[in-house]
Amino acid sequence: MTAIILRRLLQAIPVLFIVVTLTFLLVRSAPGNPFSTEKKIPAEIMEQLEKQYDLHGSLRHQYLQYMGKVLHGDLSISTQYRNRTVNEIIAQTLPVSMVLGSSAYFLALVFGVTFGGWAAIRHNQWGDRSIMLTALLGLSIPSFVLAPMLVMLFALKLNLLPAYGWGSPDQIILPAICLSIPFAATIARLTRGSLLEVLQLDFIRTARAKGLSEDAVLFRHALKVAILPLIGYSGPAAAGILTGSIVIETLFGIPGIGQFFVNSALNFDPFMTSGVVIVFSVFLILFNLFADILYFVVDRRVKLE
Amino acid sequence: MAFSGMAKRRSRRILFTIGLITGLLVLFAGFFYFCGGWALSTPADLTICNGDEPQTLDPAIVTGQLEGRLCLALFEGLTTRNAKGDIIPGMAESWTISPDGLTYTFHLRPGTKWSNGDPLNAYDFLNSWERTLNPATASQYSYQLYYLVNGEAYGMGKLTDFSQVGVKTPDDHTLVVTLTHPTAYFLELTSFQTLCPVHLPTVKKYGTDWTKPGKMVSNGPYLLKTWRLNDYILLEANPYYWRPVPLPRIKVLPTSTSTACFNLFYSGKTDLIIDKSSIPPELVPDLKNEPYFHANPFGGTSFIRFNVKRKPFDDVRVRQALALALDKKDIVEKITRAGEPVATTLVPPGNASYTAPQGLGYNPDEARKLLAEAGYPNGRGFPDVNLLYAGRGMGTQMATEIQALWRRELGINSIHLRGQEWKVYLNTQQLIDFDLCVSAWVGDYNDPQTFLDMFVTGGGNNDTNWGNARYDEMLKTSESTPDVAQRMQILHDMEKILVVDEVPIVPIYFYVGMSLYHSDKLGGYEPNFVDDHRWGEFYLPGKKP
Repeated sequence: MTAIILRRLLQAIPVLFIVVTLTFLLVRSAPGNPFSTEKKIPAEIMEQLEKQYDLHGSLRHQYLQYMGKVLHGDLSISTQYRNRTVNEIIAQTLPVSMVLGSSAYFLALVFGVTFGGWAAIRHNQWGDRSIMLTALLGLSIPSFVLAPMLVMLFALKLNLLPAYGWGSPDQIILPAICLSIPFAATIARLTRGSLLEVLQLDFIRTARAKGLSEDAVLFRHALKVAILPLIGYSGPAAAGILTGSIVIETLFGIPGIGQFFVNSALNFDPFMTSGVVIVFSVFLILFNLFADILYFVVDRRVKLE
Repeated sequence: MAFSGMAKRRSRRILFTIGLITGLLVLFAGFFYFCGGWALSTPADLTICNGDEPQTLDPAIVTGQLEGRLCLALFEGLTTRNAKGDIIPGMAESWTISPDGLTYTFHLRPGTKWSNGDPLNAYDFLNSWERTLNPATASQYSYQLYYLVNGEAYGMGKLTDFSQVGVKTPDDHTLVVTLTHPTAYFLELTSFQTLCPVHLPTVKKYGTDWTKPGKMVSNGPYLLKTWRLNDYILLEANPYYWRPVPLPRIKVLPTSTSTACFNLFYSGKTDLIIDKSSIPPELVPDLKNEPYFHANPFGGTSFIRFNVKRKPFDDVRVRQALALALDKKDIVEKITRAGEPVATTLVPPGNASYTAPQGLGYNPDEARKLLAEAGYPNGRGFPDVNLLYAGRGMGTQMATEIQALWRRELGINSIHLRGQEWKVYLNTQQLIDFDLCVSAWVGDYNDPQTFLDMFVTGGGNNDTNWGNARYDEMLKTSESTPDVAQRMQILHDMEKILVVDEVPIVPIYFYVGMSLYHSDKLGGYEPNFVDDHRWGEFYLPGKKP
């Protein structure tokens, strides 16, 4: 298995390489300049600025300069936050997003699996219907609508939770809930669908015929199989949720990495954009690999190749 | 046998899963630890919503207003401002100006120190100005020092000997500055962050990293205690500052959305919203009646640029017609809604010695007549043109309204909206790749010059392709006129050319500064025309220094 994991990791290198190349070239060839302001910058100063950031000369030259640095683990300096290296920004913001993301992920898994499972058992009864309706709402209400509503209720009207900011445990609650809801909804729907399918299978009928209690059938046999499709979903989902969300981070003032995915591109910050793309790609590759390993562990029919 | 093998395999699998989960948990616990954000929110005497995350705190590099405010809490120039916005002595205790207005002799306050206790002297200013001008620093605002003799030549790299630049230090406490021409607002410039001194040994030691907490050495009322990206900045009173600072700790929250900002203020988590971009525009009409809402006129103008090289805007009658037909009252009442005064001139009111000319008001009949004369009666045959704007804030609403107003008054149906992202918009504007463009300008200092020199032929921020030899000549004359009244008269005549005779631009409205705070909780914050509020002036009412 170690050999397979190693091979997968090696395969990730060309993927990363292509992703970074495309990102850098796209940002640099878009119309717009990272340094432009309302006041025109004299040509001499613009030249100097571009030199400082290794953004002068041909695109090929700039690209090679950048790739050279990336190979040494140096993601260069942000053109937007001019006293900070991209490494520094990621080191400061990624952990924040991961703390928030993992809390949200945990919530999503617990509530998603519980309610999804419950809905499957109460198939076509009112419990099932109301859970599925809630899940549908959770999926379709965008977070930029949900978050202000929660803020208005819990922060401004009831004054129970802070509306904004980061630094104390109570500040994590509202954003984590908002971030988790669409994931929880998807997980609930997946769990329900898969469990319903599994409950129809022969081995469940056998288990029931053996005289096992309904609890034992459900937890020891059905759920273990029903959880499989969830693994495939949760790998990429984890990569997404742990690297933050622009909407949640902006609305709640979370100093995470999520806002950089959009803002660095808007600011034409080539290094920051490439930096966050690298982070996201690494997460995506790792969590997909992780999901595959989990498949292998849980389901013996699966072979890692 | 078979059974025990299965059990063994199973227990191994369970062990493996447990191992994986534990590993993950340890990983996350590590991140929780490194995150370091669990310390309870730091208390402060005043919490300010200052707008976005600052791009840098290096006073020589800073270009934005929000960064400028922070820089001026950390650094202080030869002069500074009081709460009213008037120029008062800062690092310089006094100064004398030669009768021709060209030589300024500043006498530094004796015994002033940097925040690390190092003495601050005239050489610090000289060397910091050298750094700002030095092309290698790539300061975008270095032109603030082009007023100095040879400043521009040094800044452009055409002169490498700094001793030829018009700044000298006869002794530790005296700085003699020689200007190329009399500059009425030079004492305002010396209060601006670009001309603030920096502690060069620190800059040399840490390079671009010198603006970080623990490394930065400053000379203003505050020093930088903490700076966490997109999280908060903590300022602490500088014990070496030359006068006592009333508020020991100020916390600054970078907030990118105005709704979040307002929520913070409304729930009592912040004491002051300092920037109008941090107040939700749709709430302004309601907030206007609240006791904590404060508005003041300030030196900025919103206007439309014509590209005078493109048809039909090469015809001055068309430009005048569009200017006369724009119902600006409609725009300020329907779109901006903060009580902005309608503008018919470019220079905002606020400089007592300047009288603006009578600009083109709202006169649709005259407009229709002019447009017909130009060959487009009732807008018939008007070519397809685009209206460039930045799609942020009120940008889209403004552009749509302008388009509708010209259709209503002049029957022009061929103006197409062209919204772009901020940075792309700036690029397009500088390339003058537009027909019409919604723009704005905020003055660097309180003098008509900062608005009018923009439209000199081929000027870096002209962006209209417009040029007028007489206008250029007048600007030159005004710069060498030491007499205030005479100079203002020339500027008045220049503005007349700009907004009445030639009309390469249509002024729309003058900016209004807005802030939210409870007057019983914050003193030392007064509305002023330059919208410059020094944080060192803030105090808690009842504890007035």
